[in-house]
Amino acid sequence: MYKRNDARLSLSYHRPHHLNAALDIAADPAHRIVAGGTDFFPSAQQGQMAPLILDITAIPALAGIARTDAGYRIGAAVRWSDVAKADLPAAFDALKQAALQVGSLQIQNAGTLAGNICNASPAADGVPPLLTLDAEVEVASAARGVRQLPLRDFITGVRQTALAADEIVTALIIPTPPAGAVSRFEKLGSRTYLVISIAMVSALIARDAAGRIAVARIAVGSCSAVAQRLSALEADCLGKPPSKVVITPKHLAPLSPIDDVRGTAQYRREAVAELCLRAIRGAGDAHD
Amino acid sequence: MPTTDTTPTVHFTLNGTKVAPIPTTGERLSETLREGLGARDVKIGCNAGDCGACTVLVDGAPICACLMPTQQVEGRRVETLKGLRDDPVTVELGKRFAAHGAAQCGICTPGMMVSAVALLRDTPKPREAEVMDALAGVLCRCTGYRKIIDAVMGRPAGVAEGDQVGAPMPRVDGAEKIAGHEPFSDDIAKAGTLEIFVIRSPYPRAAFAFGDLDAFVRATAGIVAQLTAADIPGRNVFGVIPQFVDQPVFAEGEVRFRGEAVAAIVGTPAAIKAFDPAHFPITWTQLPAATNIATAQSAEAAVLHEGRPRNVMCGGFVQCGDAQAALGRATVTVSGHFNSGFVEHAYIEPEAGFARMNGNRVEVYAGTQAPVMDLEALEVILGWDRSRIRVVPTAVGGGFGAKLDISLQPYLALAAIKTGQPVRLTYTRTESMQSTTKRHPSDIQLTVGAGADGKLCGFDFYGEFDTGAYASWGPTVANRVPVHASGPYRIADYRAVSKGIHTNNPPAGAFRGFGVPQSAIAQESLFDELAAKLGMDPLEFRILNALENDAPTVCGQVFSQGVGIKACLESLRPAWKAERATADAFNAQNAKLKRGVGLAAGWYGCGNTSLPNPSTMKSGIRADGTVVLHQGAMDIGQGANTVISQIFATALGVPTDSVARIGADTDVTPDAGKTSASRQTYVSGAAALLSGEVLRAQVLQRMNVADDAVLAFGDGKIRATDAGGVHHFDLGTLTPDAEGYVLRAEETYDPPTKPLDADGQGAPYAQFGYAAHLVVVEVDTTLGTVKPLKFVAAHDVGKAINPMLIEGQVHGGIAQGLGMALMEEYIPGRTENLHDYLIPTIGDMPPVETIIIEEPDAHGPYGAKGLGEHVLIPTAPAILNAIHAATGARITRVPATPDRVAAAIKGLDDG
Repeated sequence: MYKRNDARLSLSYHRPHHLNAALDIAADPAHRIVAGGTDFFPSAQQGQMAPLILDITAIPALAGIARTDAGYRIGAAVRWSDVAKADLPAAFDALKQAALQVGSLQIQNAGTLAGNICNASPAADGVPPLLTLDAEVEVASAARGVRQLPLRDFITGVRQTALAADEIVTALIIPTPPAGAVSRFEKLGSRTYLVISIAMVSALIARDAAGRIAVARIAVGSCSAVAQRLSALEADCLGKPPSKVVITPKHLAPLSPIDDVRGTAQYRREAVAELCLRAIRGAGDAHD
Repeated sequence: MPTTDTTPTVHFTLNGTKVAPIPTTGERLSETLREGLGARDVKIGCNAGDCGACTVLVDGAPICACLMPTQQVEGRRVETLKGLRDDPVTVELGKRFAAHGAAQCGICTPGMMVSAVALLRDTPKPREAEVMDALAGVLCRCTGYRKIIDAVMGRPAGVAEGDQVGAPMPRVDGAEKIAGHEPFSDDIAKAGTLEIFVIRSPYPRAAFAFGDLDAFVRATAGIVAQLTAADIPGRNVFGVIPQFVDQPVFAEGEVRFRGEAVAAIVGTPAAIKAFDPAHFPITWTQLPAATNIATAQSAEAAVLHEGRPRNVMCGGFVQCGDAQAALGRATVTVSGHFNSGFVEHAYIEPEAGFARMNGNRVEVYAGTQAPVMDLEALEVILGWDRSRIRVVPTAVGGGFGAKLDISLQPYLALAAIKTGQPVRLTYTRTESMQSTTKRHPSDIQLTVGAGADGKLCGFDFYGEFDTGAYASWGPTVANRVPVHASGPYRIADYRAVSKGIHTNNPPAGAFRGFGVPQSAIAQESLFDELAAKLGMDPLEFRILNALENDAPTVCGQVFSQGVGIKACLESLRPAWKAERATADAFNAQNAKLKRGVGLAAGWYGCGNTSLPNPSTMKSGIRADGTVVLHQGAMDIGQGANTVISQIFATALGVPTDSVARIGADTDVTPDAGKTSASRQTYVSGAAALLSGEVLRAQVLQRMNVADDAVLAFGDGKIRATDAGGVHHFDLGTLTPDAEGYVLRAEETYDPPTKPLDADGQGAPYAQFGYAAHLVVVEVDTTLGTVKPLKFVAAHDVGKAINPMLIEGQVHGGIAQGLGMALMEEYIPGRTENLHDYLIPTIGDMPPVETIIIEEPDAHGPYGAKGLGEHVLIPTAPAILNAIHAATGARITRVPATPDRVAAAIKGLDDG
């Protein structure tokens, strides 16, 4: 059992091998969690190192991508490179494309998907693809055990999540995607690599026998405080061949892009319409 | 089984050896490797995963060591470049890096090599796209990446026949860079050395007052001293232009820009790491700030410096003929208003250094472009005789102009003097970006006219430049711009006015081109507009108006030889025709993607503008026959060590690789001037030529052999072979001097220039270099993204001393011009890191075809001209002209970010 004042455990860096041990440490409000370190270190402030660091990368229960009866379970310590290399159905293609565009290979070899959602940046590359996969977040605490909530409810604002102070994200839970679904990820930035997106879109599309869109899930990032699905657009896509989809201002109404160093709000609104089309058609045409 | 680690020791394998360091809580692997385990081949550029210089392999996979907690490598295998050195893949790759010149300054080289080895182990014959994916995480600011791609792919390199002038020999200091041995500025201090932390302003303008600093130091464990203006024994001021020395080492009473230093503390590494700036006893009172040139010139704005009303620092002026009259009679005229923002040098090595006392002398080790200027600045600040100060430059991990100014040198010297201990200081990336100089933002208005014959007829230029809080090299920018704003063209009726304006922004100073890249954007963009109005081909329009021998420049300077711009432009004709045809064919097939071909030219005067600018080169022969060159021209990656050595060796008549080189060190190597203004190949090269010739003449005279004698040095002898046979000279018969030389030559060269009169007429430079670029871009017309696909770059270098290094300069200059054109803008407080401030990655840099034009210059060594800055000048306007060719949209504000390009294209539709 973790005790902060236990002399034997007076260390402030903990890398437990069991989830229960990690949850005990997480119950100490002084802790900060580190996994890939790709957000942890860049956000570190001079003279502000957390007094208690909980490293979750040595816990077997948090490792690996597993096929379950209901879908897929991506452990909280799974890194971007693991996703890029994993054998997953075409509905995960957007997530894999995102994985290959997170920072650089060095970042992909370290950073985790769970860390990406916990960091809760509006420009988190993983969030739009995960939203189109209807991802849920499994969290655990020593006091209350395990709970699961949809990703859209997990991220509550810029750098804000529903994770309680004593909780750890343990996995991303992906329900079995619709049969035949294919997804595409479109990331727009000012340079080729190592770029924070100006806007990004993930589209998951399944088509009926006639080639019409039967399932449409479209999510947009970097255009609102929290990445979001565009339900009006999704509804309007249904029954249309991908080439006939048209984006209207009403479809984009839920977005609230801002002006920043990467681009203007006006530009984001215009660019995202084009990105939606490209993602939808890219995913739709991949069936041919 | 333990549920949690119970020992602070981390066990892992580093380069094949078991190690067991004890990291502190949250220590980065990079710190453990460099400070705890001595792996200084791991470089730190950003501490945020943005630059990849610290790339190491963990169980064979590349990661940024700055982002990995050391505890995570427990039980794992860590490899740095040093550990990979004997891997056959590394050995082969190292040879290719040398042959291609894939390492320039060398600071990113360990990261590049490690990343490439990881790729080549899995994929021995990678495609270009695979190389880009694998190396994209490592930023390089020098090479433009193409040589690195060539090296990793194993493409054939040029073959060097010998190593004399003209041979594309690998750089003489390349092996050390490629092995990661070369000590850079943060590699000198031993682990545990006292560290300095500089307290800086969080506001662009503020008053401040200290609390009880002595009490703070006494009460804070591990902090041994504070430094403020009160600790400066000499004058609290520095600057680079004698009439404009205005920047304090530590601000007194009021700060003038965000990031300005007010104090520093000195302490143990642990104490500095734990130091929370919020606990420093200082109170700030924010004051109204002028953060743009319009506000700064208003009557309400506070004057930053006494004697500079309306915050006008100074101006520049050149006039010939009558610009207004000419514009009045011109058949067509065009006008434009152009803007650019701050551009950050973004060398991958942030400022760092080490200082120590040696008796009553202070020794400062730091990266610099101007060691003797650093010493002179310290002389003033310390109030010490220069004999008590030694400046020893380290290897420089990129400079591009910003390391011409001192940065941390005074803090190092003051801390060493106050504590009596060795001290070190390494700027964080943010600190480096906040506090060091930038390229001047510009606001330029230009009107140009031409006659029906296509000849230029009237040119009226007005440019304001934001020089920030302090002068730095702002006066140089103000002077250079009017001299160069014409571009390399014959313009009889010309007027150019520039002004440098102080603001509460970071000091703008020297950056590759000193304002000329900004003015070239205006001039070359409008030349395309003029050609269009005249119905002329833009290339033929430029050729028609190109400057020639015996035609006066806008300063009235007439060169009877060496004007190579026409040859540069003419060399682009085949590509201009072919690439436009290809683009037209592409555009006929594509609706959203459009390609365009753009052109621009440039020129640049080498050396100081109408001022003395000498370089001195000392050489000698030791009694054992070793030939030594004291090469004080700072090699900041551009290759001065190699080029100057080649010139000297050729003049003396020995192989370059036989020359022992002693680098810059103010104790032993004479002043070769600053590495700036594209002057080292020309000016220091000319001094090296003289030094070699004088040394050779001494040998020939002593041995009484023919002028064309072939010399060989060694084994205490000189052997000379001429038509009369083989002659020997025993060096043991001569008495060595205090430095151990039995023969020596110390020679100085100063370029012949003449002052400019009130109208800017005179002879500002002894030589100009010339350039013309062609670029093909592809524009996504819906998203506004611009992708350069190919460059053809023609450069008149007079004589290519080392063609491989010339290609390296061309590629690197283009990459910086591309960044300026498309993505780079420094905004204080918002883009103070390398993920918000974007520089080109390996995927942004297309192939470059380099055309070397050799129009010899009468003054340059073997006819050589300078090159470094010339490259960057045409790149941005060529890209803007290509965007216009592709889309019809004229971008007048750089960077041409996707939103700006999309808006300009949309404006065409709406209009």
